[in-house]
Amino acid sequence: MVPPAPDGPGAGGPPAGPPVGTAGDGGGSAMIAVLGRFVGELRAAGIPVSMTEHLDAAEVLRHIPLEDRPALKSALGAALVKSSAHWRAYETAFEVYFALRGDGYAIEGEADGEPGSGEDAEGRAAGAGDGGRMGRGRGSAGGGGQGMTAEELAAMLMNALTSGDEAMMAAVARQAVARYAGMEPGRPVGGTYYLYRTLRNLDLDAVLEQLVDGRRSGDRGGQDGAEGGGGDTPQAALTPLEERLARDEFRARIDLLRRQIEDEIRRRLVADRGSEALAKSVRKPLPEDIDVMHATRDELVALRRALQPLSRKLAVRLARKRRHGRRGPLDFRSTVRHSLSTGGVPVEPRFRYPRPAKPEIVVIADISGSVASFARFTLHLVHAISAQFSKVRSFVFIDGIDEVTRFFEHAEDPAEAVHRINTEADVVWVDGHSDYGHALTVFLERWGDELTPRTSVLLLGDARNNYHASQAWVVGELARRSRHVYWLNPEPRAYWNSGDSIVGEYGAHCEDVVECRTLRQLERFVGELA
Amino acid sequence: MTGPGSLPVTGFPEPGPPRFESIAAVRTGLAGIDYLADEGIAGVVYLADRLAKPVLVEGPAGTGKTELAKSVARLTGSRLIRLQCYEGLDESKALYEWNYKKQLLRIQAESGRGWEELEEDIFSEDFLLPRPLLEAIRSPEPVVLLIDEVDRVELETEALLLEVLSEYQVSIPELGTVRATGIPLVFLTSNNTRELSEALKRRCLYLHLDYPDVERERAIVLARVPGIGADLADQIARIVRSIRSLELKKSPSVSETLDWARTLVVLGVESVDADVARDTLHILLKYRSDIERAAKELAGGAAGT
Ligand SMILES: Nc1ncnc2c1ncn2[C@@H]1O[C@H](COP(=O)(O)OP(=O)(O)OP(=O)(O)O)[C@@H](O)[C@H]1O
Ligand SMILES: [Mg+2]
Repeated sequence: MVPPAPDGPGAGGPPAGPPVGTAGDGGGSAMIAVLGRFVGELRAAGIPVSMTEHLDAAEVLRHIPLEDRPALKSALGAALVKSSAHWRAYETAFEVYFALRGDGYAIEGEADGEPGSGEDAEGRAAGAGDGGRMGRGRGSAGGGGQGMTAEELAAMLMNALTSGDEAMMAAVARQAVARYAGMEPGRPVGGTYYLYRTLRNLDLDAVLEQLVDGRRSGDRGGQDGAEGGGGDTPQAALTPLEERLARDEFRARIDLLRRQIEDEIRRRLVADRGSEALAKSVRKPLPEDIDVMHATRDELVALRRALQPLSRKLAVRLARKRRHGRRGPLDFRSTVRHSLSTGGVPVEPRFRYPRPAKPEIVVIADISGSVASFARFTLHLVHAISAQFSKVRSFVFIDGIDEVTRFFEHAEDPAEAVHRINTEADVVWVDGHSDYGHALTVFLERWGDELTPRTSVLLLGDARNNYHASQAWVVGELARRSRHVYWLNPEPRAYWNSGDSIVGEYGAHCEDVVECRTLRQLERFVGELA
Repeated sequence: MTGPGSLPVTGFPEPGPPRFESIAAVRTGLAGIDYLADEGIAGVVYLADRLAKPVLVEGPAGTGKTELAKSVARLTGSRLIRLQCYEGLDESKALYEWNYKKQLLRIQAESGRGWEELEEDIFSEDFLLPRPLLEAIRSPEPVVLLIDEVDRVELETEALLLEVLSEYQVSIPELGTVRATGIPLVFLTSNNTRELSEALKRRCLYLHLDYPDVERERAIVLARVPGIGADLADQIARIVRSIRSLELKKSPSVSETLDWARTLVVLGVESVDADVARDTLHILLKYRSDIERAAKELAGGAAGT
């Protein structure tokens, strides 16, 4: 027989003392309240959580033991998050709201079982000074060795990474944060600052090289070496392939350690500030809401990853819209077939689908530093749905201008073409600072005759012209020759026309000037264009 | 609405006894029939049963979405009913269709009778052709319903699924409402080529199936490739991880890993070196440029990046 599902948190709760900073692990109703706030946070982060899903999540709590944090995370996620692109934002919120729950996560429960606790407490003073006040449990627990010396910690780090022992790595993460992060209660800095301090002191890049060197010189230590079953010929030099695989393995372990360090910092921040306050400050935007112009490197990676499925979906959606958009001639066969369910009376006529005419698109994009990513995403998106247009031509400029349509023509993947633009397009005329006036004038001279009343022109850029002459009349001329001219500006509207931005001058000649800071805005615009 | 007595018409289906004892039981059960699930996958399957909710499984091609449904059917000793979706799939292929040839014949044969009477007759169960959804609902035995590649149907067709997925029933205007006797386990798979409707997503638990980590992939290779050694399986899993970390046009899927592993076994390879890799990469990768790139990387071409 199957035992009944646990109704609330079972016996295996945190080992010692109540967790700090969140509701006690007591009854289900406290948990339901936490869930309510958690769902509120998800919504604030942009994840659409419906009433039904909230109820499902409450139901989940009845079936998953709360101490099993990984299981809880994926189970609540299954009920609440219905898109993999939202997972990162979900995870961040989860870690904050459930930071102190589960075995070994409660701040006060950590005195036991720390590897290295038998070590001499020589550096205890330093350790307590750095991290003692944040981790209240540590200070009062006294006893075991909080204070490893820097050398001891470094040795333990190498040991943990060489063996890949996750528990030992988690212990290293705790020690490292206590020692290096310099966390103090109430200090108004975000987790990234503490993370930065900790990582800088650990210098994991150098550690990676050391680990690979160690493997190279035949030290295959560890219970499960990166070569798995290998180890019979410890002295043989590594082939490049072996070295690569070893490096990958170590890199994966280091990534895990980095996540453990982040966890530890978050845990302490939650204990200090409470979930709500912290969630707000660490909230991560969904990929489609990231500000393209100011994206961090990680965010750019997320953006690039989001772009492919996004453009593919847009293409499918538009293709279907085209097919199903308007009613065509009557489909006789289908009408008769469907009439059988109404006793042969054709109550619901069926139609074939027509094909409306497709527009021609000309994209003219500033690809200078500050707006380069935006231009790349737009070109990618437009070309990914090029089947929706009768023709797409692309031009890029800084102070000189070049046509890049050819790069896209034979590329299997727009990303590849975009990459070639960066390396091959000829866009510098004088000094490589944006000169919209000059670039547009050259465009008009060389390609202006090719615009037709079926062309829609998209001008992309922040219109920061470095105080060159605007030549705004050119845009007026483009508008006269084509069907529409739109300006897409990746800057927030509030910055337009300040400093050297002259988007208003150009915008006067455009059908519309559209703020396009995020993929969501960009997708909406491009979708309406087709 | 009521229907003729021969169809199972009851209230909202009673949830049956739980199919699984625990998440761990799902995981070991699946491993026993050579489907290697991680905690997350097993957890969602477990919940699907406890919450009586369908699971929407999304992820890249060849990551075991379809296989998951099949394996759960095997594990629970259920009949697998599969609705393969495609563009243009409609009610008559998903739910049911009236057998109109048979109906016409009957109408001709009984031309003397009044329409009222005839109508009653030809819109009865004898003239019904059940399609997978109705079949799953009506089945007297336990069922796993697999709605495969649901992103291929049009948005409007998706609406057909909603009633089945939330109420476990099908309404047939001429007959009445057919309700399930037991609640089937339902899996919907999607390759994410289209945004599914909010309504559909709300009704489902969501599972993103990504490429497995090294340990799981090694276990999959060991389970699915007869005669392979542990060392080789390990090496294969690591090389595949390495290749997936390159930004390629198409990353190798689990099925491609398995194809590669089988080939290496047939070729009698005991350990993969750069030469073997180069000669066999075309099994793992489909694009020429991807193959060249990977071959170069594995030979140490761009080491240390
Ligand atoms: N976790 C796993 N355990 C065992 N085998 C697996 C696993 N995942 C994938 N496989 C193997 O990979 C093959 C491909 O899986 P499957 O057909 O289910 O992929 P899919 O995700 O449905 O792909 P597609 O999106 O192309 O339909 C299966 O036949 C199976 O052999
Ligand atoms: Mg499949």
